[in-house]
Amino acid sequence: MRNIKIILVKEFRQIFRNKQMLFILTFMPVLQLVILANAATFEMKDIKIAFVDNDLSSASRQMIGKFEGSNYFTIAGHLESEKQAEQALDKGECDLYLAIPNHFERDLMREGASPASIVVNAIDGSKASLSAQYTNSVINDFMQGFTADNIGYSSKASNLNLLKKINISYANWFNPELNYQAFMVPGLLVLLVSLVGMFVSGMNIVREKEIGTIEQLNVTPIKKYELIVGKLFPFWVLGIFELAVGLSIGKLLYDIPIVGSLPLLFLFGGVFLLLVLGIGFLISTTADTQQQSMFITWFFTVVFILLSGLFTSIENMPNWAKIITYFNPLRYFMEAVRMILLKGSGFSDISFHFIVVCCYGLVINVLATLMYRKTN
Amino acid sequence: MKKSNGYSIEVSNLTKKFGDFVAVDSISFQVKKGEIFGFLGANGAGKSTAMRMLCGLLSPTSGEATVGGYDIFSETEKVKRSIGYMSQKFSLYEDLTIGENIEFYGGIYGLSKLQIKEKTEQLLEKFQLTEKRKSLISSLPLGWKQKLAFSVAIVHNPEIVFLDEPTGGVDPITRRQFWELIYEATNSGVTVFVTTHYMDEAEYCDRISMMSEGKIMAIGSPRDLKSEYSSSNVDEIFVKIARGGGK
Amino acid sequence: MKQFRAFVIKEFYHILRDYRTLLILLAMPPILILLFGYTITNEIQDAKIAILDYSKDATTSSIKSKLLAGNYFKLEYELNGLDEVEAIFRKGSIREAIVFESNFEENLAKTGIANIRIIADATDPNTASTLLSYTSSIIKSYLDEINENVEMPYSINTEIRMRYNEELRGAYLFVPGLITVILMLVSAMMTSISITREKELGTMESLLVSPMQPLQIIIAKMLPYLFLAIIDAVIILIVGNAVFGVPVRGSVLLLMVEGILFIITALSLGLLISTITSSQQVALMMSLMGLMLPTIILSGFIYPISNMPQIIQWLTHLIPAKWFNLIIKSIMLKGAGLDILWKETLILAGFAVFFISLSLKKFNIRLQK
Repeated sequence: MRNIKIILVKEFRQIFRNKQMLFILTFMPVLQLVILANAATFEMKDIKIAFVDNDLSSASRQMIGKFEGSNYFTIAGHLESEKQAEQALDKGECDLYLAIPNHFERDLMREGASPASIVVNAIDGSKASLSAQYTNSVINDFMQGFTADNIGYSSKASNLNLLKKINISYANWFNPELNYQAFMVPGLLVLLVSLVGMFVSGMNIVREKEIGTIEQLNVTPIKKYELIVGKLFPFWVLGIFELAVGLSIGKLLYDIPIVGSLPLLFLFGGVFLLLVLGIGFLISTTADTQQQSMFITWFFTVVFILLSGLFTSIENMPNWAKIITYFNPLRYFMEAVRMILLKGSGFSDISFHFIVVCCYGLVINVLATLMYRKTN
Repeated sequence: MKKSNGYSIEVSNLTKKFGDFVAVDSISFQVKKGEIFGFLGANGAGKSTAMRMLCGLLSPTSGEATVGGYDIFSETEKVKRSIGYMSQKFSLYEDLTIGENIEFYGGIYGLSKLQIKEKTEQLLEKFQLTEKRKSLISSLPLGWKQKLAFSVAIVHNPEIVFLDEPTGGVDPITRRQFWELIYEATNSGVTVFVTTHYMDEAEYCDRISMMSEGKIMAIGSPRDLKSEYSSSNVDEIFVKIARGGGK
Repeated sequence: MKQFRAFVIKEFYHILRDYRTLLILLAMPPILILLFGYTITNEIQDAKIAILDYSKDATTSSIKSKLLAGNYFKLEYELNGLDEVEAIFRKGSIREAIVFESNFEENLAKTGIANIRIIADATDPNTASTLLSYTSSIIKSYLDEINENVEMPYSINTEIRMRYNEELRGAYLFVPGLITVILMLVSAMMTSISITREKELGTMESLLVSPMQPLQIIIAKMLPYLFLAIIDAVIILIVGNAVFGVPVRGSVLLLMVEGILFIITALSLGLLISTITSSQQVALMMSLMGLMLPTIILSGFIYPISNMPQIIQWLTHLIPAKWFNLIIKSIMLKGAGLDILWKETLILAGFAVFFISLSLKKFNIRLQK
């Protein structure tokens, strides 16, 4: 115990002495949390639409007018020809354009139907299909008005009664306003806490290796577990502290709901941090230089982050990748945090996650202790 | 079990292989209590490997050795309690102050708060660094750092202190001062085991051993060796050994 | 010049010697591209749903089978009452519950109107709304089928053309984005570490006292990494093209030149980090903590920049990766040339010049001390 305390004092001193580092460890994650929570949304707005109106009739103007009133669209311009529109698409000046053919109004009135074409920049496929969907619904909106105004001129008016309809009503549980920050803030918090944990612990031992002080430690009678506990505990405290600060910011700034039990969240967080720190430590013991350790840690963190289910959901992945995500510690904490905070899930709901993280943490830390050798 | 027979270090047929390479080839020697024992040899001769085995940093391939009466195979942790060590690489934490380094290393060896405080004051006084009490190690010149590192390595009054090339890269005056510190330590009964490739430093040792290609080629007091090899200084002996061991 | 050459050669040796690091640097990018190329996608697949069918008639079962026909949805639970919904949501994996009213078929036949209620687990709002739009478009296509014979009084037949990516493949968006993110992070990390490492090990001092100009030292340090990063870029482009079928419609030469420009920008950012930090540890944390998430999130790699609040859209201008992501997508998918991309190219070059001159300034200050 005494030795652990001595190591702790030293580690805390070193952390607090390095002001640049302290800034990076505390202020930077908070700053990123505050900024990035706003950025990560698939909620569409300001779709840039351009029009090529070859008809210039009152019907075509009315239809275009409908887009001006929509929240989803901003008008990128009214263009002369489809060639111009293609160029605008190439330059990224618009996301899509709507081309209305000559005789649009006349055909509608006489034949009851007219074509129109929507051309979408589909590099981002899901954004493209959503944009097309929104465009279609604005057009449908226009058509309803147009039909109502001109129903008297049509011979097929009675057909309207034959139409079947299915009304779809929605309810968004746990987050009725679809506030994406309620989702992103806890998620980003998990990422940031894990990043800090893995990076600092990943550098720790190998740093002493590179400076040379590790030898001095290895000839002392410090026990391995004392050294590991002493070295990891400060970062554990740091991690818990960041979790608390991040949650407070989420609550105060973004009003994220905290439905479930906070003690449960911190219990999970505490165990999770042990796991993450253990992984960093394991990498640190196997590397020769900080450079190596960092590249390896970097590799794993990128994989962990992008396969955590925060940015794109795990379900969409192919099966082999789903299996990989079971080895991703972030996945468990990510899900658990979301469940506890937003849905109020209790211990029994997250027991699987908890047990996995406990066992995983145990295995990793035992492995790290075994890999760390005082004697070669 | 702790043996006591007047020797601090006893080594017989100690060997270390890295794969096919034999770094230390069946060496045997003894070091008496309170002695300054020099380990000489060119770079790569196996000095550091031998020393690192004695400190418990490397495990030997075969052979036997006791340090401070403890077996280096089975009683590594007890060995570690009775030794101090200063490596080639600088071993104090640059981002801690002198006092904080002493507090850390002293603490690990079980010194009480009071002892740590006394030691710190003593050292600051001795090196006339009282004004630099609050400065970080990184702000001190290399010579001071090395002298401090030595003092910290023996802060817990170990029975034996191992010094691995302790004077690398410092000027002759500081080296002289460093050796004064070593003498001072032996006066209080510490056994000093030092590796070096500065041949002139060999003269400061009570006994020296010369290593080449993992083997001990010669062992004895500098004076005895000089007459044995009919040389006027240690440098010459070394050259003779290196050329093929002719006396 | 001779000196300079000797120095560059020394730097190359350094990198080639440490084969472990070299291996990591060369193997990592293709592995990441392969892994993420398959996994990073927002095309819905196997979303777990529950169905509560109060009606259980022929119509609801044909809608159900339509819903489950594609790979989009996977039926996990058939529920018996609304009260069960909350419990299964709380357990986690169910994304959406679809409720058919009772007498569904009868209502549709008699009144022409039937009701479906969709309850989404909106803890992940992005996925929730995507699922909702998938569900409603499947239901709508069912409706279109049964209304097929009803001729509308007035209608517009919209023809939708998807430009640049007819099959709406996710890889087209994510592979260029991945290339951007990986090149950015790897390059910045390489220089930021290697130079602080020399500072920490004390070898930088001997370089500083040499008669070489600071700019020469900087260039010599960057060259080997530039070389490495270019190899990385080529490998991942080939993988992106061969494995994921992402085309290069524009000029390959232009793509390489822009790639090199971007790598230089990223390397010089790393350089800047290394000149303002004191230890490897700090440099690493800066280039890892500081760059990783902002690059991933603000570069437009996953989240469309146009969806972000205005202030953050301005902020993304400061992210070099955003500009390169625009460039690489335009060249690869739109076949754009310099006539369109000159602005973005100039901005990237501006970043590089800014980073290098700032590091030079910091460098000179240290020299004078």
